[in-house]
Amino acid sequence: MSSTEMKPGIDPNTMSIIVTKGSLDWAYPPFILSTTAAAMGLDVTMFFTFYGLPLLMKDLKLQVSSLGNPAMKMPMMGMHMGMPNLVSAIPGVDAAASKMMKNLIKKKGVASIPELRELAVEADVRMIACQMTLDLFEYSKDDMIEGIEIGGAATYIEVATQSHINLFI
Amino acid sequence: MADQVLDAKGLNCPLPILKAKKALKSLEGGNTLEVQSTDPGSVADFAAFCRTTGNEMLEQNEEGGVWTYLIRKTG
Repeated sequence: MSSTEMKPGIDPNTMSIIVTKGSLDWAYPPFILSTTAAAMGLDVTMFFTFYGLPLLMKDLKLQVSSLGNPAMKMPMMGMHMGMPNLVSAIPGVDAAASKMMKNLIKKKGVASIPELRELAVEADVRMIACQMTLDLFEYSKDDMIEGIEIGGAATYIEVATQSHINLFI
Repeated sequence: MADQVLDAKGLNCPLPILKAKKALKSLEGGNTLEVQSTDPGSVADFAAFCRTTGNEMLEQNEEGGVWTYLIRKTG
């Protein structure tokens, strides 16, 4: 059996996503993919680990930074502009940039992350928080939204062995 | 005349699809949903959505930057 053929017994309509990043910009790919896949009839599981774990917090305070991100150029004054690293290192600049990004998102009719997350929960997307990350960064399950599971690497691997599409974001 | 109309104008991906899915859920098999969208990406998206979910795309129109899709719910 070649590696491009599906293993017998795996439902093609299954997807898993490992979510490892938690900034405002990186929150979008996993939630857009999971909600859209669920809307198209797939069974989706999201595993939140490391910097992805804060995306499960009740109180989301997502930020974005242009520091070290030379690809980030925002539409401003009729052109696309980036910010010098030195400027984004000044206190308060990240918070301001995040506010601007959120305003842009709202203006363009793009869903907010809380909205997408709620849609994911409504669509029965399975969300698993990494136990090790909870311990490591001293988060409590009470900080997180309701309805999530807690698990470790083996939990994810089992999901992945039964999932047709497995993404690492 | 569609059984239900969904105005998704001004909304960006993936909201048109997500809202359409929600609207279709409340319809019976054989009912039709008309979706209006200003998102150019919705053309390919709704075609893919219908192919994958088995719902039928009856009509597709565009006028003045607004795309209209007539979808029939199957099953």
